[in-house]
Amino acid sequence: MSLLREFRRDIAIAIVALLVLLAIGFGISSPWPRDFLTSIFAFGLLAMSLNLLIGYTGLVSFGHAAFFAFGGYAFGLLMQAPGFTGAFGSASIPVAFVAAVVATAVYSAIIGAICVRLTEIYFAFLTLAFQMFLYSVILSAVKITGGDQGLMGGIPRPPFLGIDLGDPHHRYAFCAVVFIVCVLIMRIVTESPFGYTLRMIRDNATRAAFLGVNVFRVKLICFIAAGSIAGVGGIILALFTSGAYPEWAFWAQSGEAIFMIMLGGLNVFVGPLLGAVALRILNDVVQMYTSHIDIVIGLVILFVVLGLRRGLLDFARDWLVERQQAKLAADARKGDER
Amino acid sequence: MLELDALTACLSAPACLVNQTTSGLIIGMLLFLVASGVTLIFGVLHVINFAHGSFYMLGAYFAFSAYQATGNYFLAAGAGAVGAAISGIVFERFIISRVYGQNVLMQLLVCYAFILIIDDLVKIVWGAEYLSMGIPAEFRLPPYRIAGGFVPPFYLFMVAMAVTIGLVSLYVVTKTRFGKIVRAAAHNAPMVSALGIRVNVYFALLFGLGCALAGVAGALAAPVRSLTPGMGLGILVESFIVTVIGGMGSIPGAFLAALLLGLTRSIGSVGFPLFVDGAMFMMMALVLIFRPTGLLGQGSLR
Repeated sequence: MSLLREFRRDIAIAIVALLVLLAIGFGISSPWPRDFLTSIFAFGLLAMSLNLLIGYTGLVSFGHAAFFAFGGYAFGLLMQAPGFTGAFGSASIPVAFVAAVVATAVYSAIIGAICVRLTEIYFAFLTLAFQMFLYSVILSAVKITGGDQGLMGGIPRPPFLGIDLGDPHHRYAFCAVVFIVCVLIMRIVTESPFGYTLRMIRDNATRAAFLGVNVFRVKLICFIAAGSIAGVGGIILALFTSGAYPEWAFWAQSGEAIFMIMLGGLNVFVGPLLGAVALRILNDVVQMYTSHIDIVIGLVILFVVLGLRRGLLDFARDWLVERQQAKLAADARKGDER
Repeated sequence: MLELDALTACLSAPACLVNQTTSGLIIGMLLFLVASGVTLIFGVLHVINFAHGSFYMLGAYFAFSAYQATGNYFLAAGAGAVGAAISGIVFERFIISRVYGQNVLMQLLVCYAFILIIDDLVKIVWGAEYLSMGIPAEFRLPPYRIAGGFVPPFYLFMVAMAVTIGLVSLYVVTKTRFGKIVRAAAHNAPMVSALGIRVNVYFALLFGLGCALAGVAGALAAPVRSLTPGMGLGILVESFIVTVIGGMGSIPGAFLAALLLGLTRSIGSVGFPLFVDGAMFMMMALVLIFRPTGLLGQGSLR
């Protein structure tokens, strides 16, 4: 209950955001905003969960999309197994959802246990290496995963509790609720004492260790949490596309997620989400003019990283802080004159 | 999953053993060249060049075009190395030197951007289809027969080249004036520049040397592998595994680990074809758990 009270402002914002999302989805009859927002839910969760590692803990993972793909594939494979849907009947979607998240958590615990003991650079390329391992497993296990074709034949969506995910409106509402709940969980994690422990580890891991923090354990818990939420993103995308595709596990997906964070802003909670929206729009716009999207995106990245040196919301925040400080300084000067 | 019969049959037949060993050797040598470039750049500049695979790819494509233009493979290999070195120096000067000393995120992002741009440029210049160079005219000779196995002369050339280049770069870094300046600058750049040495030039040259190694590897791989935009990433990931197993910053370590990995790949493709990648990752995980500095790595760099 104290959690509810402490985070009442965030919970209120989340409820308003959910209502706005639902109003957009149900108020506009064209499917475009629903489809666009659903993909934002999926990639937004990928980017925001990655920022738990990068922005809050200082663990620069280059293989985060592995968990995204793992969640999507686990969910899809469970739902496609006739034995599974036969055993759980109408409850199979929620059961598969929970099972896929748990499986992703276990997978990220294994990878995390190996990776989080390493420092920055090693951590980055080991996570990349493990992601490429998963990618090659997905490509080579053709009988199970469909290889480079992805999970074909669609994912069955039996109705549960009156929710029929085959219906686009129901599906959109379901994904919006899942998304908002995950974002709220991340908000609570980052603003809790645990979240401040993460920041302390980012800023000075040795000091945290001296203060009695079990750095390895905290990092691992954060890694598992981030992996599981990325897995939820994968499940949303699997529901949306009614399949799962090996590109989700490809390294470029992780690079894209990192860029979303950088573009939106590392140090603002909703920065990665803004980055996901901005990159998605940028992609769509560039696609209208040229088929060589990668060159344009690459140049934009270079501009943001070498030119702006921070994300859009970081930029806005710094600007606000500067203005406030200038105002304070001016007030102080006025006080002196008097 | 395990095909023990095939494995024992191969290990007991000299012909199969020779074939698998030579193919393991060439995989290992290519890996060694790429990985030693990664390790060299990291050892001095403390950046991981995530775009190193792109220079391997550029080396292969430059060699392909030079071979088509001149018909001389040796010139083509040289073109691959020089082309990769020049692109590397440009990349260093204009892009990556701006993020030296910054956090890994920035380094990662600029490399990611560079990979995207180069892959797309290669697609524009050479097309997205697979290209194949074929064994160059100089090496279209009958294969040597060793204990019943076939060894193409080009393979011998590849191994000899890789070993020579590895030894030369080790010599350059440890014994020459260039190497000493570079290592001193890695240790304390402001001090070295206070002595009147233009540190930036040396850093750029070292980066170029590392990229030239990747370019040579690409040029050597061009006749035996197919060329495709994006070919750099596979070898990049494997060369990371090599540097982790061998120890970051150690060229002999990279050599040992590359041989180990190459042989695992070639013999594994007979004995456990579905688990070759898995075996490589298992080896890496074991090294990381029991000897995080790598087989020949020193110090507490992890």
